[in-house]
Amino acid sequence: MDFSLIAMQLFSGIALGAILVMAALGLSIIFGMLGVVNFSHGAMFMVGAYAGLWVASLTGSFWWGLFVAPIAIGMFGMAVEFLLIRPLYGRSVDDPLLLTFGLGYVLVEAVRIVFGSDGIPFPTPSQLRGVVNLGIGYFPIYRLFVVGVVGAILLALWLLLGKTKFGLIVRAGARDPQIMRVLGVDIGKVWLLVFGLGVGLTALGGVLAAPMRTVNPEMGSLVLAEAFVVTVIGGMGSLVGSVVAGLLVGIAVSMTALIAPEMAQIVMFALMALVLLIRPQGLFGKSGVQA
Amino acid sequence: MTNINPIASPLASAGRAPATLATAGGWRAQLVKWRVPLSILALCLLPWVLPSKALAVNVLIYGVVCVGYNLLFGYTGLLSFGHAAFFGTGAYITGITIVHFGLPWYAAVMLGVLGGGLLALVIGALSIRTRGIYFSMVTLALAQLVYYVALQASNWTGGENGLRGFTVSKIDIFGLHINFLDPLQKYYVLMAFAGLALWFVSRILNSPFGAVIEAIRENETRARACGYNVERAKLMSFTLSGLICALAGTLSAMHLAIVPLDSLHYQTSGMIVMMTLLGGAGSFFGPFVGALAFLLMEDVFSIWTSHWQIVVGSVFILFVLFLPKGIWGALLAWRASK
Repeated sequence: MDFSLIAMQLFSGIALGAILVMAALGLSIIFGMLGVVNFSHGAMFMVGAYAGLWVASLTGSFWWGLFVAPIAIGMFGMAVEFLLIRPLYGRSVDDPLLLTFGLGYVLVEAVRIVFGSDGIPFPTPSQLRGVVNLGIGYFPIYRLFVVGVVGAILLALWLLLGKTKFGLIVRAGARDPQIMRVLGVDIGKVWLLVFGLGVGLTALGGVLAAPMRTVNPEMGSLVLAEAFVVTVIGGMGSLVGSVVAGLLVGIAVSMTALIAPEMAQIVMFALMALVLLIRPQGLFGKSGVQA
Repeated sequence: MTNINPIASPLASAGRAPATLATAGGWRAQLVKWRVPLSILALCLLPWVLPSKALAVNVLIYGVVCVGYNLLFGYTGLLSFGHAAFFGTGAYITGITIVHFGLPWYAAVMLGVLGGGLLALVIGALSIRTRGIYFSMVTLALAQLVYYVALQASNWTGGENGLRGFTVSKIDIFGLHINFLDPLQKYYVLMAFAGLALWFVSRILNSPFGAVIEAIRENETRARACGYNVERAKLMSFTLSGLICALAGTLSAMHLAIVPLDSLHYQTSGMIVMMTLLGGAGSFFGPFVGALAFLLMEDVFSIWTSHWQIVVGSVFILFVLFLPKGIWGALLAWRASK
């Protein structure tokens, strides 16, 4: 097997990994701050893709879809937190999980009613069509664009959470919400914003992934499983873990596709099983965390 | 590590209210004592009160799945989102052993139950290494692994088209000649298996082991401190629960004479969770009530719209918010409060 083929497959793996990172990021942020696993995550991803498609078809521009859809779905996410999840704080940890599962069920059906059950093609924006020569082979421009956008979002998130006052409050709130309340911080408002941010990022992932996958009401179920695998491998609530695990899984999947294509769908789950055997808390997770 | 989530620690309120504690009054003790015969009596009447025999068979099969699932979710307090793996595996093994090896139905059923139980042992051993929410995610992901394996192994499973080409038409048992194509005769054959499953679960719950798993649901740390081997009890509960789900899978394969690939999908796992919660997790007869409520809703609403799932999903959300004990659990609690 020649070197350039392996290098190209490595690039494909990184591009796939970038999408997986996007898929896991929203889930991981919401869990890290609120302790809620959003089981409607896959459905939100799918709704994001549809919203992007709809806005793009209204305005005739992919860029509006990429910009408007995540904000709109993020606001929808805030409404969900406020109306449905807030009443469940203080109850069993399973309850928000069950509720969001039901929500995902409803969202998938709602999209079927509005857009129909069949898949809709999502054309790659004209500026990003074609391939570029990387010196070792030709690579689709759109995939490079996705890697760039995900990199920029990670940088922005790192700045937001690491360098701003809001980020400080969020991190402190994740550690000890009660002390934050005593200090006079309206922690409910912080949770609202964090949930909106997580859902918005998920929707953005949906729009970004749409030109690489078919947009259909069931696309979320694969994403949900992928996001779970990535967060379990990386360690729940660890953003660094999500990024490392996302890239690792992406590369593992595309390398397997080169050697044994029929195993490609299975390898990420096998990887997760392996991590569970060796390090059940995940690569970057802290041991002994109850949740 | 301090409690990082706004949700109260799972230790504080992990379990749903125990609905079948034998200590709460005389009528209650009687109910627990007679729960298996009473449940079977209710199942006997089912095909006569429901609009169709096909619906009754479905309630029976999904009721058995939920009875198995309830052992883990309702009584042990572990929320698995991967039980379709055991249901589907039971169904597939039954189908495959009949189609590819020409085994008689009873051998196929036995192998299906054993195979599903074995899978539950493996998936359980991996997933109980994690706790809480993590557990739900891992069970879902491992079950999806089974789904993709079945999708890839299309020579054996039929892939996306599902497994076809086997029909159980006659059953000869103890000199009885049962025509399996007659819906009513079929119902009562399957009901015999359901009764067996109910008796088995009741037996488990009455045993010291049953007390241990309920103790784990109520307070895992304390159960551990009392010297119980929590991991082993969880794994055993997981395996037994998978075993019963696999039994339901084999029944479903015999009933439908086809195994759809979707029977392994996590939407099926989700449906099992929804039915169990709707009926009442942690109550003995609740799972059947839940399966009945879910399938009745499907039956009624699908007359008006093909999008009945939006109604069922909304009802489920309302239950999580306002009636987390489920229909049967709430009835028992209401009766107890009087």
